[in-house]
Amino acid sequence: MTPSAGPIASSRSFLSRLRHGDEIAHLITFLFAASVVLVTVLLVFVLWQQSLLPRHKFGFDFFFTRVWDPVSEEFGALPFIYGTIVTTAVALLISVPLGLGAAIFLAELAPQKISDTLQFFIDLLAAVPSVIYGLLGIFVVVPVMRTVIEPALKNALGFLPFFQGPAYGIGFLTAGIVLAIMIVPYIISVSREILLAVPREQREAALALGATRWESTWKVVVPFARTGIMGSIFLAMARALGETMAVAMVIGNTPAISASLFSPGYSIAAVIANEFTEATGDLYLQALVELGLVLFLLTFLLNGIARLLIVATTQKGSKTAQV
Amino acid sequence: MSGRLRWRKFVSGFMLAMTGVCALVTVSVLFFVLGDLVVHGGTSINWNFFTKLPAPVGETGGGMANAIVGSAKLLALASLIGVPIGFLGGVYLAEFSGSTVAFVVRYAADLLNGVPSIVIGIFAYALLVLPFKHFSTIAGSFALGLMMIPITLRSTEQFLNGVPRALREGSMALGASKWKTIQAVVIPAAYRGILTAILLAFARVAGETAPLLFTALGNRYWSHGWNEPTASLPVVIYTYALSPYEDWHRQAWAAGLVLLGLILIINIVARAILSRGISVPRA
Repeated sequence: MTPSAGPIASSRSFLSRLRHGDEIAHLITFLFAASVVLVTVLLVFVLWQQSLLPRHKFGFDFFFTRVWDPVSEEFGALPFIYGTIVTTAVALLISVPLGLGAAIFLAELAPQKISDTLQFFIDLLAAVPSVIYGLLGIFVVVPVMRTVIEPALKNALGFLPFFQGPAYGIGFLTAGIVLAIMIVPYIISVSREILLAVPREQREAALALGATRWESTWKVVVPFARTGIMGSIFLAMARALGETMAVAMVIGNTPAISASLFSPGYSIAAVIANEFTEATGDLYLQALVELGLVLFLLTFLLNGIARLLIVATTQKGSKTAQV
Repeated sequence: MSGRLRWRKFVSGFMLAMTGVCALVTVSVLFFVLGDLVVHGGTSINWNFFTKLPAPVGETGGGMANAIVGSAKLLALASLIGVPIGFLGGVYLAEFSGSTVAFVVRYAADLLNGVPSIVIGIFAYALLVLPFKHFSTIAGSFALGLMMIPITLRSTEQFLNGVPRALREGSMALGASKWKTIQAVVIPAAYRGILTAILLAFARVAGETAPLLFTALGNRYWSHGWNEPTASLPVVIYTYALSPYEDWHRQAWAAGLVLLGLILIINIVARAILSRGISVPRA
């Protein structure tokens, strides 16, 4: 009896130390959670390490050089950075008013049922994959742009440098419009939440002072939610910067800088998508990875700002509501 | 009524009407996209599309059987990678972790969620293609799985946190251990929400193209096993749409319709699961 008591007793205490698997579950779930952190750190490390060559060779000139010539191994990111900024700017110019308007309608005007139904459709719209937008972009939007919209813009606003040159259909403007359609759902969803979080008293106070419904919305509710709405715009901007397929399919893929929105260009994400598998030589490949690093840092920054702004507004809302 | 007031009322009505127009325009885009795909793609879908391999370049006919199977394989493996990590990581955040660790994990997940999909592709390429010197289903699945993690993780955490304290305490009071409580009470109470999140994550990566371009690459034939490059629906849509062949355009539309149909159905099912009364069973 005595000889066998030892191991059993010790195994029992070992089991009880495990508290019926609590510690095991803790450990296992911890390992999975830690792997998320590990993978993220690894991602940053890989991007940094795999872009060593161009970072050393070109330094900061990488961002200010217009030449992208794989044959003579000269790599400058300026045309891609320009294209990314221009398409994103066009996309925001279209999607911010459209998205904000729709969000105001959903949050302030529409009855709950209609608002929820429309929001459901907008969520579905956000689920449409990028490549589908690209497909429609090529076969539907590009012909319309070439034959109708770009000639019309040229006639009306041709004196501006943005609307000159031949209308190819593909180019900055088309890419910007397709991007705008893609990011509008994000602006609407987030802005609607923010607007709904604005305390009721704000509206009632404005209306009681004799403001019309629009005045109470535009001069009281929207300014109250301003930071949060800015947050939704930054969020959408981060999406637009990183958007690859749809842009690659309609922007024209030409590393050129041109003031005209009609001319074809290139974006950071599109050049990575198109040239990565064809990149010969380490420097070429790593220059593309460095572009990926740039994209990563930009979206990281924008997402960070967006989150701060959104959190700030929702807290502001709940604070005033409690007072 | 003074002229000024009448003007203000007019502006109010006009601007509010404009917001309605904005909402209508946005929502109509969805129906425009759907309608266009049905019109162009619907006529191109036939039995061959689902059962045949792509025809040789220049010939008409053929199908996308290999891309459909390729997508299924990619997504199955991606789910095997993304769902356990996201789910168990979420359980850790909601049930076990202290606040510092939770902050770090959450931060990492949010960071990962914001990374552009093309950059995820670069990462998978550097990790799983470069060292082995060939494109593979595994590399593509890794990239997609990575993208499923943040959504699954954050929603699991959120829905588990939403389970009332009283349920946990009731179970503990009956003498159940913490893990028993989580596994038999908390998770079942939150499973609808978690399932919805997993389905949405799945639908999101199902349409991803950018991370597959240089991980799974593409393949005009069957892909055997997990170590060969494989075709997938999104990448086929991309390459076919940019090709000069009329017949390929037709097939790109068909593939687009199939892909979008699949994604929208998953989305609708997921939301239906959630809205049919969430989680908390009446005790």
